[in-house]
Amino acid sequence: MAKAKTKVPKPEEILPGISYKTPQKGWMDLKPEFKPGTYCNPANPKWASWIDYPYPREWSVTNESWGLPADWKEIILQGMEDRLNRFRSLKLFFDICVRCGACADKCHFFLGTGDPKNMPVLRAELMRSVYKRYFTSAGKLLGELAGARDLTEEVIKEWFYYLYQCTECRRCSLFCPYGIDMAEMTILGRELLSSIGVNIEWTMASVAQCYDKGSHIGAPPQAMKDMIDFFAEENERVTGVNTPITYNRKGAEILFVAPSGDYFADPGTYTFMGYLLLFNYLDLDWTLSTYAAEGGNFGFFMSHEMGKRLNAKIYHEAKRLGVKYIIGGECGHMWRIVNQYMDTFSGPADFLEVPKSPITGTVFENAASTKMIHISEFTADLIRHNKLQLDPQRNAHIKLTFHDSCNTSRGMGIFEEPRYIIKNVLPEGHFFEMPPNTIREKTFCCGSGSGFNADEYLETRLRGGLPRANALRYVAEKYGVNHLGCICAIDRAVFPTLLNYWVPEVEVTGITELVGNALVFPDEIERTTDLRDRDLVGIGSPEEGEEAD
Amino acid sequence: MDFFKRHFTVALAAVLGLVLVAHLAVFANLQLLFGVVVPYLAVLIFVEGFIYRLLQWSRSPVPFQIPTTGGQQESLPWIERSLGDKLDNPYTTRYVIGRMALEVLAFRSLFRNLRSELRQDPEHPGGARLIHWSYKWLWLGAIAFHYAFLVIVLRHLRFFTEPVPGFIQLIDNVDGFFRFFTPVFYLSGAVLVVAVAYLLARRLTNPMLRYISLAPDYFPLLLLLAIGISGILMRYVYKVDVVAVKELTLGLVTLHPKVPAGIGHIFFVHLFLVSVLIAYFPFSKLMHAPGVFLSPSRNLPTNTRAVRHVNPWNYPVKFHHYDEYEDRFREAMVEAEIPVEKELE
Repeated sequence: MAKAKTKVPKPEEILPGISYKTPQKGWMDLKPEFKPGTYCNPANPKWASWIDYPYPREWSVTNESWGLPADWKEIILQGMEDRLNRFRSLKLFFDICVRCGACADKCHFFLGTGDPKNMPVLRAELMRSVYKRYFTSAGKLLGELAGARDLTEEVIKEWFYYLYQCTECRRCSLFCPYGIDMAEMTILGRELLSSIGVNIEWTMASVAQCYDKGSHIGAPPQAMKDMIDFFAEENERVTGVNTPITYNRKGAEILFVAPSGDYFADPGTYTFMGYLLLFNYLDLDWTLSTYAAEGGNFGFFMSHEMGKRLNAKIYHEAKRLGVKYIIGGECGHMWRIVNQYMDTFSGPADFLEVPKSPITGTVFENAASTKMIHISEFTADLIRHNKLQLDPQRNAHIKLTFHDSCNTSRGMGIFEEPRYIIKNVLPEGHFFEMPPNTIREKTFCCGSGSGFNADEYLETRLRGGLPRANALRYVAEKYGVNHLGCICAIDRAVFPTLLNYWVPEVEVTGITELVGNALVFPDEIERTTDLRDRDLVGIGSPEEGEEAD
Repeated sequence: MDFFKRHFTVALAAVLGLVLVAHLAVFANLQLLFGVVVPYLAVLIFVEGFIYRLLQWSRSPVPFQIPTTGGQQESLPWIERSLGDKLDNPYTTRYVIGRMALEVLAFRSLFRNLRSELRQDPEHPGGARLIHWSYKWLWLGAIAFHYAFLVIVLRHLRFFTEPVPGFIQLIDNVDGFFRFFTPVFYLSGAVLVVAVAYLLARRLTNPMLRYISLAPDYFPLLLLLAIGISGILMRYVYKVDVVAVKELTLGLVTLHPKVPAGIGHIFFVHLFLVSVLIAYFPFSKLMHAPGVFLSPSRNLPTNTRAVRHVNPWNYPVKFHHYDEYEDRFREAMVEAEIPVEKELE
């Protein structure tokens, strides 16, 4: 499939052009315009066959016909009925919305595009209108006046366009007086689309690769090992400390599962180097799996079932290896799933033990059933018990702000752990918060979550990332913040492009990378650079040292 | 007629139509129908409809525990959680109840509301910047309306009880604290009308809200406005025989219905509109009132890693087992010195 080469407009072309004015036409009559840069490419049919998904075919978004199966309408309506019977959330969220509009300006895609159908209330209404038409008497009797409309191919196209302009970040659900969660409706709506063979390439390719080989990049076991062994060599070069890794080792105490983004591309790789340094420093009895090689769960971006099919591997592998518990790396949607779905999907994990830090003896009661803890929980506990010797000066070149990733914020609430680590690995006065309405539970999404890493989608992603970038620019200008910290691999994958566009002077870093920089090993060589080979403050070029003072 | 006009006009026409129907009914001497039969019917529809809807919802299970977390999670014992964290990220049932109470009694989520706006700013490299600020008007309008409505419902109980219980009398006295003139002026009525008018006005004047609003959004607001206005008119302008009214309402609750002569015209308009509201309730968005209690993003604890949530329809799925994986990659794994279950043959 030829990739659409799209020219992305400049910030000064996008920004003043965003208007929150309403179109002339009512929303039922307004059809989406599939302009390059604003939609994702359809999935290559081969992926569907890898994972047994229905109706694989070649199709094009801009074609009049999408080649839907002949009985597509029955499939969708049957699928909707089925989901109404299985998910109280869906039924309830369809029925109780009062369209108060509190969610309207909470969506980063609405703020970045001005498109009224990106107001969560209206995005939900795109599906609700069909529900009303076929499943409620008011809709059957009164039609449009009850907010109901027929299900047509145009409606399917609209769902595709707007359900893939929702990153399932749940910011709307925080502000909704009834907790109506657009993420839930997007997940179920995408399931319906998948059921008639409407999928996007980036997500489905990642899913198929995760399913088949282990990680979204499709690396076979030996390639994964090569990549990670390379980080050990890099660690040794920078710190003089050898950080050997064992793979698929039975009897290890801990299975570590990271998002594959962290061993695939910069700057996530530096975070991976940080993981290795930390575990080596502690002499932890841990192992990595080339089979359960992906913490990130791209299946969740297609359907609950696909999410479960990928997630199942983690417990399956933990059982086979006979580990005691699992530590998870810095990843956003992985943690939404670990925290809120994994135990239900694939549990009970009664073959594992309640996580207990071998260094501090802390028992993680909050993970008593799932038996999986977050690396930031683990690290914060170590620092609190004074088990790490840290030299914050090694991060003195970094002025940091912390981006709360949407999934770990509104699907978990891990706010203090990473901040506690940050304050211990950075020199005092190097950490700055973005404005309070844009962080913690009110955080803005990166704009590329839930499967939008695709290049052809860049314009919409940049628009979706505007509110985050806008808040970041504020602290960059005011305090000279030069790094954005995060605990999400998708953030690390997409922010460099995004920030290069909106706030070019800021770089992206994982939190464990900062830990890796600051860790003082007894047998290390003299550290002159950070993990990225950048000179430490006070070493190398004198100007830089002065500047930081 | 465009989308907005169509939806607004239909809702307005429906409410005006209802007022007209009640008027005509009195002229046609249908007081018995509109004073007794319709109210009974409305209550019957309400009760049955309400229960039906609750059953409909509860028939669908809650497969996943998906609370929206709005505060610091419960994790390490030394990480402090404020009361706000505990309520917005409730780890135990106690705090779930607290969260729900705050939501229902204080509209906690609406209280959090922000307004975001793009400000043109030539100084800024992009030419504009986004700003966000706390915006509580919707919260204020909503909470004013709901509490006024509650007080009005409670104080109307004096028409349905004899003798009137003390707490209803108390509400009555507090509500009528401002004794501007006779009869006593009720604050709740004025608050209700002003709040509903505000909620309606924001739908009509804010372009985005106008864009999303449907006839089912205008209709209940207009109906409430009509009920409020007819009530106020009945009390302060077109006086009705209150003793006769109470005879009718007491007759209704004691199941000895009768329509005394001489009740003013407007009473039947008021009663009919209220009957319509009651009957309409279970089939409309007004069911958000019981619905919020069932909302899975608000009514579940966040102890999702500590206690397993069971999905009643959980089914086994096909996934790529380790054995298949190893069979496929064994050679490469052995070569890369990755341990395998079965050695190469």
